[in-house]
Amino acid sequence: MKILTCPVNGPRNIAEFQYLGPVRAASAEEPGQLIEALFYAENPLGIMHEWWRHMPSNTILIAERHTVTDRIVATYLPNQKPA
Amino acid sequence: MPFTLLRYGLRSKHASFGDIPSTPALKRSYDVVIVGGGGHGLAAAYYLSNVHGIRNVAVLEKGYLAGGNTARNTTTVRSNYMTEESVRFYAEGVRLFETMSQDLGFNIMYSQRGQLTLAHSDATMRSFHLRAEMGKHVGTRIEVVDARTVKELVPHLNLDIGGMHEVLGGLWHADGGTARHDAVAWGYARHASRRGVEIHQRTEVAGFDVSGDRVTHVRTNRGTIAAGQVLQAVGGLNGQVAALAGIRLPIRCFPLQAMVTQPLKPFLHTLVSSANLHTYLVQSSRGEVVIGGGSDPYQLASTRSTLDQKEHLAEGALHLFPFLHKVKLLRQWAGITDMTPDYSPIMGASPLANYWLDCGWGTWGFKATPVAGKRMAETIATGKVPDILKPFDLRRFDSFALLNEMGATAASH
Ligand SMILES: Cc1cc2nc3c(=O)[nH]c(=O)nc-3n(C[C@H](O)[C@H](O)[C@H](O)COP(=O)(O)OP(=O)(O)OC[C@H]3O[C@@H](n4cnc5c(N)ncnc54)[C@H](O)[C@@H]3O)c2cc1C
Repeated sequence: MKILTCPVNGPRNIAEFQYLGPVRAASAEEPGQLIEALFYAENPLGIMHEWWRHMPSNTILIAERHTVTDRIVATYLPNQKPA
Repeated sequence: MPFTLLRYGLRSKHASFGDIPSTPALKRSYDVVIVGGGGHGLAAAYYLSNVHGIRNVAVLEKGYLAGGNTARNTTTVRSNYMTEESVRFYAEGVRLFETMSQDLGFNIMYSQRGQLTLAHSDATMRSFHLRAEMGKHVGTRIEVVDARTVKELVPHLNLDIGGMHEVLGGLWHADGGTARHDAVAWGYARHASRRGVEIHQRTEVAGFDVSGDRVTHVRTNRGTIAAGQVLQAVGGLNGQVAALAGIRLPIRCFPLQAMVTQPLKPFLHTLVSSANLHTYLVQSSRGEVVIGGGSDPYQLASTRSTLDQKEHLAEGALHLFPFLHKVKLLRQWAGITDMTPDYSPIMGASPLANYWLDCGWGTWGFKATPVAGKRMAETIATGKVPDILKPFDLRRFDSFALLNEMGATAASH
């Protein structure tokens, strides 16, 4: 079982979470960035910032996870990144 | 003949076949450098050297030959896609599989036993009708069948699935089949190297020298070589290798997992797949049941497996064939897949004039090994992208000309 730490509910089985994809640099609201936002998602080898949802509590959070080792480095509520 | 075989069988020493020569020293320059020694790269090398007479070719493989997704796939070969462009392309692939053992003089164990996809809802039945009509229009063997025919095709299938996912009918694709993945790669490698293609294993591409709109050199862990043209076919890492040449691809890495059971007596004579249960099964010629399904839930560029996903595959398999509950798993694994937004590959030109792409094969590219190799070799040899490849151009994302095959791909590969 893999554990993801919800900032509200603490460490939980990752099966309780829904993956919502990478935090995007491009914005679909900017016409010049539309194609980038729709099709060219972040895909680094390394730490990726991504959206997750704890389904039972409907908590939306951000996780920083390494895409090669699968290690979760940090989780926090949006706009509440610890210093 | 039988005596030759008997003598051979009783001989105490056997010379090795030597199908694939050991890695030579790198030359200073090649007409064509193929990055990636998987099935796709090797098929292109075969067609370049055997059909187009281009023999000064190097295949660069960072690990061992065909140890990427070519070694990890579940070998579904089919052409029952959604769009006309896809069906035409994949149908050419199926036809090449049909004659491959003869063409290569190498038994790839192609078994055209038909593929059955199950529908558990009216919505799925409707999409099956669309796919069947498209397949017939292009001239492939495909039809929608009712539950009774499903039972005849797969007598051991559990049709009611506890009332939850009752099977209403299916999409029967008589052209579907399987082949031995390793043999496909080895067959191409053997014939390419006989015509002078050099296969360099443990040779990792680390960068490219670009001048203007052309790649001039390929940098590897064993030295730098000059390249007339470059073909990129590196499977799961296609996004990363393209970035080394300054090219961005709309690709995300997701693991895909599979597993096989201990061998059983033959009971399953077709390929069976269920999109609702995210599971598909095929019995190999050894009797092992190969079980595959949907991708991992989140992006990752690692070939680790997870218990969650394996349990999910087992659950789907048990819904369809409850009597498998006592059967043991023999092996399980994962591969990194290079997923595109529309579940179609990216083939053809890149922003660089002499750099060609055979990418974005995600979870479904084994079946395209011969046709992609053939058509990419034609592209490189003539400098012109053939019509059949044009819909798969990278620029389709700029013009929203997507080829959406998600519904026909996500659970059957
Ligand atoms: C579990 C699983 C099941 C699948 N099932 C099916 C199926 O049933 N039917 C189907 O059609 N498809 C299936 N696929 C997809 C299929 O396996 C792939 O699309 C196909 O094998 C791709 O072939 P390839 O030659 O392009 O890539 P690969 O076989 O992955 O070869 C690419 C090679 O490039 C090498 N490489 C990477 N980076 C570098 C570098 N920097 N320098 C040099 N070499 C490099 C790699 O080591 C690798 O050997 C499945 C995939 C998986 C993982």
